[in-house]
Amino acid sequence: MKSQGRLRIGDQPWIKWSLIGLALLLVALLLVVPLVMIFSQALSSGAATFWDNLTDEYTLHAIGLTLFVAALTVPINLVFGVFLAWLVTRFEFPGRKALITLIDIPFAVSPVVAGLLYLLLYGSNGWLGGWLMDRDVQLMFSWPGIVMVTVFVTCPFVARELIPLMQQQGREEEEAGVVLGASGWQLFRKITLPNIQWALLYGVVLTNARAVGEFGAVSVVSGNIRGQTNTLPLHVELLYQDYNAVGAFASASLLAGIALLTLLIKSAVEWRQARQMQAASTQSDRTT
Amino acid sequence: MSELSGGRWSPFQRNPGKRVLPGFALSMGVSLLFISLILLLPVTGLIVQTAGMSWEQYWGVITDERVVASYKVTLWAAAIASLFNGIAGLLLAWVLVRYEFPGKRLIDALIDLPFALPTAVAGITLAALFAQNGWYGQLLTELGIKVAFTPLGIVVAMSFTSLPFVVRTVQPVLEDLPVEDEEAAVSMGASDLTVFRRILFPSLWPALMTGIALSFTRSLGEFGAVIFIAGNMPYVSEITSLMIFIRLQEFDYGAASAIASVVLIASLVLLLAINLWQARYLRRLHGR
Repeated sequence: MKSQGRLRIGDQPWIKWSLIGLALLLVALLLVVPLVMIFSQALSSGAATFWDNLTDEYTLHAIGLTLFVAALTVPINLVFGVFLAWLVTRFEFPGRKALITLIDIPFAVSPVVAGLLYLLLYGSNGWLGGWLMDRDVQLMFSWPGIVMVTVFVTCPFVARELIPLMQQQGREEEEAGVVLGASGWQLFRKITLPNIQWALLYGVVLTNARAVGEFGAVSVVSGNIRGQTNTLPLHVELLYQDYNAVGAFASASLLAGIALLTLLIKSAVEWRQARQMQAASTQSDRTT
Repeated sequence: MSELSGGRWSPFQRNPGKRVLPGFALSMGVSLLFISLILLLPVTGLIVQTAGMSWEQYWGVITDERVVASYKVTLWAAAIASLFNGIAGLLLAWVLVRYEFPGKRLIDALIDLPFALPTAVAGITLAALFAQNGWYGQLLTELGIKVAFTPLGIVVAMSFTSLPFVVRTVQPVLEDLPVEDEEAAVSMGASDLTVFRRILFPSLWPALMTGIALSFTRSLGEFGAVIFIAGNMPYVSEITSLMIFIRLQEFDYGAASAIASVVLIASLVLLLAINLWQARYLRRLHGR
C-alpha cells in the first residue's frame, strides 16, 4: 500500500505521531493517573493499615451486603434479559420496537430519580408501601429495596448485549432444530446458548459491575445505616465524609479491582468473538 | 398458544413461517410482567404523588429560584462536558481505528474504565486529584485555576463518567468507512483537512452527534461522581439530582417528585429524540 503512494489521510508520520501522542496523553491524564491514585491512596499508610481498613467490621459487612445484592440482581436480570432478547429477535409482533425502546429507559433515567420512584411507591407513604406496612413488610430502607433499585438500573445490560448479536445470527439454525423435533429447552441449550455464550457472559459481567457499584439509586432507598444497609459504594462515601480518606480509598480500591477485572473479561470476550467470526467467515469462504 | 410453546408442535402442521419457534407466549409473558413491575409500576408512584399537588404548588416548586439555578448549572456543565467528549472521543476513536502502535489494545480496553468504575469511586478520586493539595490541584492552583468545589469540577466529573460514549459510537462507523472516496480525493491532490471535512466528516457526524447526545443525557443524571467534587453550594455548584436528594432528606416528597418529574420528562424526551434520530440515520444509510 505504502509503495503506491499515500492514499489515506493522516498517515504522514508527523500527523500520525502527534495524534497518537495527544491520545496517549489524554488517556494517561484522564484514566491512568486516577486509577494509580486510588491504589496509592489506599496504600499510603502502609499495607498493614490497608488490611486493617479492609477487615474493619463495617467494611466487611458492606462487602457482604454488596455481594449479596449482586448475587440476587445478576440472575434476575440474566433470566429476564434472555427472555426479552429471545422475544424481540425471534418473533415479529406489533409493539416490538416500542419494547426495545422501553428497555433503554433505566439508562436515561437519573439514578436519584430511579431511587425516588421506588421510594414513592413502596415507602411508608406510598400507596403500595402503606398496604405492605399493614402486613409488616418493609421494603424501603432495608435490603429488598436495595435489590429492587439495583435490578432497575441494571436491567438493560444483558438484553442490550444479546439483541444485536441474536438479530445478526438470525433464526435459521433454531428453525432447523424445530424441524428436527427439538424441544424449546433443547433448542436453547444446544443451539442458541453456544452462539450467545460470550455475549451473555459480557452482559453478566456488566450487570455485576453496575450492581456492585450503584450509588445514586441505592443511596436514596438504603437509609445508610452503618453495619446494616450500607453497601460498599455508600461505605466509601461515609468514610470520605468522615475525613477517613485512607479508609475510603481502601474500600474504593476493592471496587476499582472489580472494575479492572470487568475490563479484562470484556477484552477477552471481544477477542473470542472476533476469532469466532473470523472462523465463520473463512468457513463460508471455503464452502462457496 | 400451547401449540407454540410445546415441543411436539410441527411447523408443517399449519401456519408455517411466521411463528415457527417455540416460547412466544412464555417470553412475552415474562418480558411484559418484568417491564410492568420493574419499569412502569414505579412511574405511577411519581404520577400519583405529583397529581396530589395543585398546579400552582407544582409550578412554584419547579420554578423555585434555587432549583432553577440548579437546572442552569446542570445544563451548562453537561453541555461543556459533552462537547469536550465530542472532541476527545473523536480523537481517541480515530487513533484507535487508523493507527498501529504499542499498547493499543490496552488503551482500547481502558476506554471503558469510566463505565466499569463505580461513580462514587470516580467521585472521591477526582475530588482528591483536583483538591488544592492533590496531584492535579497543586499544579492548577499555581496557574490560578480552581477546579474542586467549583462548577468546573462538575464539568470534569461529568466528562469523566461519559467519555466512552463518543468513542464507542464513532469507532465502528470509522472502521466501516469506505476507502474509495477517500483514496480518490487524496489521489486528486486534496489536502488532509479538505478530505476530512468534505468526505469523512459527513459520514461521521451522525454517529458523533449520537455519542455527544448520549454523553449529554448521562451527564444530566450523573450524581455519584459529581457531588464529591462540586462543593454543592446553593445557586453556584448544586446540580438538580442533588436538589431532589436534599428535598428527600427534608422529607418533602412532593417537592422532590415535582423536580424529579421535570428531570424524568427531559431525559425521556432526549432518549426518544436520540432513538428517532438514529432510526432516520440508519434508514438513510441503508438506502431507505
